[in-house]
Amino acid sequence: MENKTLFDKIWDAHVVKSIPNGPDVFFIDKHFIHEVTSPVAFLGLQTRGVPVLYPERTIATPDHNVPTIDQDKTIKDQLSRMQVERLRENCAKYGIELHDLGSDHHGIVHVIGPELGITQPGMTIVCGDSHTSTHGAFGTIAFGIGTSEVEMVFATQCIMQVKPKKMRITVDGELGTGVTSKDIILYIISKISASGGTGYFIEYAGSAIRNLSMEARMTICNMSIEMGARGGLIAPDETTFNYLKGKQYTPKGEEWDKAVAHWKTLQTDEGAIFDLEYSYDAADIEPMITYGTNPGMGVKIKDMIPTTEGMEGSEKKSYLKSLEYMGFQPGESMKGKKVDYVFVGSCTNGRIEDIRSVANFVKGKKKADNITAWIVPGSREVEKKAIEEGLVAILEDAGFKLRQPGCSACLAMNDDKIPSGKYAVSTSNRNFEGRQGPGARTLLASPLTVAAVAITGTIADPRDVF
Amino acid sequence: MAYDKFNVLVSRVVPMPAENVDTDQIIPARFLKATERTGFGDNLFRDWRYDSEGNPKPDFVLNDPTYSGKILLAGKNFGSGSSREHAVWALYDYGFRCVVSSFFADIFKNNCLNIGVLPVTVSAAFAEEMFAEVEKNPLSEVKVDIDTQTITILSTGNSESFDINAYKKENMKNGFDDIDYLLNLKEEIGKFAEKA
Ligand code: SF4
Repeated sequence: MENKTLFDKIWDAHVVKSIPNGPDVFFIDKHFIHEVTSPVAFLGLQTRGVPVLYPERTIATPDHNVPTIDQDKTIKDQLSRMQVERLRENCAKYGIELHDLGSDHHGIVHVIGPELGITQPGMTIVCGDSHTSTHGAFGTIAFGIGTSEVEMVFATQCIMQVKPKKMRITVDGELGTGVTSKDIILYIISKISASGGTGYFIEYAGSAIRNLSMEARMTICNMSIEMGARGGLIAPDETTFNYLKGKQYTPKGEEWDKAVAHWKTLQTDEGAIFDLEYSYDAADIEPMITYGTNPGMGVKIKDMIPTTEGMEGSEKKSYLKSLEYMGFQPGESMKGKKVDYVFVGSCTNGRIEDIRSVANFVKGKKKADNITAWIVPGSREVEKKAIEEGLVAILEDAGFKLRQPGCSACLAMNDDKIPSGKYAVSTSNRNFEGRQGPGARTLLASPLTVAAVAITGTIADPRDVF
Repeated sequence: MAYDKFNVLVSRVVPMPAENVDTDQIIPARFLKATERTGFGDNLFRDWRYDSEGNPKPDFVLNDPTYSGKILLAGKNFGSGSSREHAVWALYDYGFRCVVSSFFADIFKNNCLNIGVLPVTVSAAFAEEMFAEVEKNPLSEVKVDIDTQTITILSTGNSESFDINAYKKENMKNGFDDIDYLLNLKEEIGKFAEKA
């Protein structure tokens, strides 16, 4: 028998039909939707006069544009309110499960899926959102789709896809203190660039990945798209099973044992071939930060912004344009630069472990006066835990403001915008121009680094601030 | 959603050499609040096109009357970032029917093919030549022929062939979308779903 990768095993098991010289008709197990990319898809269904084929396979939550204060009140922004109301109407009309604002399991779609145990190994999962790759941490094929495809999934539970190529990224060894999974992924992207993964689906492997918690693995898979990859996945193991056991939507009793027995087969066979492989040594990874306007523009915090040496033409022009937007010079040191905002949140780092790590770090300290510090939990469940564990009290003592769950300043569709020209060090995943508000300047880093920045008021290496 | 059939397009070219243009630039998130697919063209490249007061920035290519056309000639890694199909809706709504680049982001390319904007991947050298030609003569036209899968710079006669899979090619030529095809497979999908 042919040796297969984990990706092949899941992919091949979901092909309804292959079109010669064309895409595969690809079956989708679970479909997540939110208020921004679904309304036009629902409208399309209505125009065609077709129903949602398997409504029980779709789960909805409003997250992208919701306010993060006064969620119990009517949404002030009229357009946002309309999108959320449209989502409610559509879910009611088509019989789709909705985790609405204020309900116990409301949150960012990629946070609540795993939290509820909806995300399970071996599944295919899509959502009209590129960070759907997050769910790959459970050994799933999960990726973002466009609104036309959202409509396809509603109508037929399938999409048409050409099978991507396969890449494996192996990280072996032990991470140093102060180095987190966010640093691993920022390091990888800085090595292979914001487009280096285009056309590929990535499997992350190696001892440094194996040793990570589920939440830390989600941070890695989440940012696969920032290399241009469709998604990334990690083979399920005991860590995965322990995380999922007892969750609301996971199988119970005998069914659970059967599921685990199957999940254990979801491994890349010895000798399976990848189209491309990279390997890195965990010991070489240090706390990272981005300095430019794509996630590939990252350096170790202790390092300088790269000079333009060796660049020419449009590459050099684009590089300088990016630094100009950021207000930085080639060759400058990152450390010590003044910062205005910190943001802890998003589907990359808005989970309970992230909030714990920030709270542990700032306990008994105060944020710097020049810093506005926002903490936005990824879900209601994260919020609840953060309160119960006393983390919120610690953070508020340190001068952080806790807001209610949602995407918030990750994409600034609501009021949580960084003002033009200001610097924000964020735990989110994109530092594009204007991502956190028109003219906002975003630097991506780990929750630990963000905590260090909040305390010092400047770009700092968390290992220097204890 | 139905779109115009694509067969042969002859048009002038709008050059935008910046690399890594992400979908947040093509259509910023704050313009994603619509519940219908209309009016996105007005906000295409919003923050590059207008200042914070809403005045057009004269040095941005879409505000420069020298250039116009249905073909956008883009830099490397065009369309990275978010999966928002709104980015392609904005391009289509503005009047672009074809984007040419030496390198496209994946989801963006898929989205283009799903709604009738043809993504044409050319070699880096051919892209350079196109940029040089349009800079020299902004009126020069380019011909994109989906049937023969060729793109030709009419003033020089230089051409290159491009890839598109046979299935998507038929769709683009006929203005079909995937849902039409999938709806006909209901029975097979139903059998599959029972096992899944
Ligand atoms: S938190 Fe940010 S990246 Fe994640 S789903 Fe929301 S907007 Fe997208």
